[in-house]
Amino acid sequence: MTATTTAPPLASASARTAHRPPDRLRAWATRAPLLPALVFMIVVTQLPFVATVVISFFDWNALYPKARRFTGVDNYREVLTDADLRHSVWTTVLLTVAVVLASLVLGLVLALLLDRRFRGRGVVRTLLIAPFLVVPVAAALLWKHVLYNPEYGLLNGLLHYVGGPQPDWISDTPLLAVEASLVWQWTPFMMLILLAGLQSRDQQQIEAARVDGASDWQIFRHLTLPHLRRYLELGALLGSIYIVQNFDAVFTITSGGLGTANLPYTVYQTFYQAHENGLASAAGVLVVIGSLVIATFALRVVSSLFREEASRA
Amino acid sequence: MSTTTAPTGTTAPPVAAAPPRRARKGAGLALVAWLAGIVFFLPIAWMALTSFHSEADAATNPPSFAAPLTLDGYREFFGAGGGASPWPALANSLVASLASTLLVLLLALPAAYALSIRPVRKWTDVLFFFLSTKMLPAVAGLLPIYLFAKNAGMLDNIWLLVILYTSMNLPIAVWMMQSFLAEVPVAVIEAARVDGAPLPMILARVVAPIALPGIAATALICFIFSWNELLFARVLTGVVAETAPVFLTGFITSQGLFLAKVCAASLVVSLPVLAAGFAAQDKLVQGLSLGAVK
Repeated sequence: MTATTTAPPLASASARTAHRPPDRLRAWATRAPLLPALVFMIVVTQLPFVATVVISFFDWNALYPKARRFTGVDNYREVLTDADLRHSVWTTVLLTVAVVLASLVLGLVLALLLDRRFRGRGVVRTLLIAPFLVVPVAAALLWKHVLYNPEYGLLNGLLHYVGGPQPDWISDTPLLAVEASLVWQWTPFMMLILLAGLQSRDQQQIEAARVDGASDWQIFRHLTLPHLRRYLELGALLGSIYIVQNFDAVFTITSGGLGTANLPYTVYQTFYQAHENGLASAAGVLVVIGSLVIATFALRVVSSLFREEASRA
Repeated sequence: MSTTTAPTGTTAPPVAAAPPRRARKGAGLALVAWLAGIVFFLPIAWMALTSFHSEADAATNPPSFAAPLTLDGYREFFGAGGGASPWPALANSLVASLASTLLVLLLALPAAYALSIRPVRKWTDVLFFFLSTKMLPAVAGLLPIYLFAKNAGMLDNIWLLVILYTSMNLPIAVWMMQSFLAEVPVAVIEAARVDGAPLPMILARVVAPIALPGIAATALICFIFSWNELLFARVLTGVVAETAPVFLTGFITSQGLFLAKVCAASLVVSLPVLAAGFAAQDKLVQGLSLGAVK
């Protein structure tokens, strides 16, 4: 990582002299403030995961603890061949991709609108951030009962005025209903990241292009969009990490019914209601593998932005 | 819309006033922005209005916008109708969020110091280790934690949540604070050290004034994430330690006419987050993007 370029003089100096006791002591003194946080994180987040991997190789139903036995990769075979579980993998992908893409596009449009000066820009920004600051369960309840209710929900109430149909949103389009509520909550998140990206553009370059007669669209296409690329990637990846793990909306709006159970909900249900510890762990490991793929890309994007910041400083 | 401040500026080299077409387009876009803001805020405004309506007025189609206002929904939510009181759950959420935020700060501040002001070797690797733990889905570690809690008699114990929320927020806090502490000029610290100032004094007089706003924003963001958390609280707590989001799950199944009550409940539980979020507005992006965006 080139970000370490700021550190080498220090690092190599301490490496060269590490064998002398006083220096080693000093190295530990430098390290000491870091250790509590590091040890805490390893114990609380890494150990349980190791345990999950171990449990995933056992046939273990919590209701029959005596029948626990090692089964190798059977749980994985079962997870991957079970129609419900396979469906929940597919649901997770659909949910994540749809929500991330929709909120990214909406967020981009809103960020472009907010990047211009106009009367009340601060107020509009505040109005737009608000959905992200509603407690997720509360937001899901709001959509489920207050907006989607087929008899007296706000959506059908507004449709009533224009003489539109009165659909039963959650029963008719369950996954879309969950997705819409999540898009509402996550668009502000994307907007904030993209707005920060827009505001870090090189204004002189844009002015120069404008003086040279470039149109708004040309500037957007050839200057703004390439600059935003990494901010779009960052938003997409961070959004994916959070939405792959989404539990609140699925649990609240459909309780995992009507084919909306995603992997986190399925894992929850498999061990909390069905008490199948081994199966739940195997599914959990699969969620992790999926997240690791996203995370690898995410880490790369974060580290490139990080490097840029470090070189600018 | 004043043409002098419009960032879109003018196409032609220095012209006194922008062409009227551009100005009209600017006004149109401002209108679109306002409309978008109102559309996004509408569900929240409607939730607030409904929470002050009677249950009968809340459940009409078409909606009754001008129905008389009442506090009945709030009275119902706070247990006037004989339901469970939300106060214990709200208190639990407060304890879990405040205690975990405090613990996060205690652990993250020294760590961030060792990653920025006096960096350890390979400090970027350490920083990225913290970040990678955030990418591990929480649900993957849930079962072992549940089994551990069950065997250790820690189920339905708010302090278990405090520990888990601390681990959930620590990476974010370390990243944010690292970026805030990195803004403290090393030369100033060195100068103070040469002048013989003891470390506590350097921290209090030099580092703190620059880093405090960032530390406050970090704390607010950690508070928000802890307050919002549902999955762990739902699995690991029961009657004693249930948090506000878990209390809200009691409203998942319909209970007849209860819209005003649901709205009051959702609003009351969201208020601390809305307040903390608006207070941290300027640093919100930096926190949410783990310090990658400034």
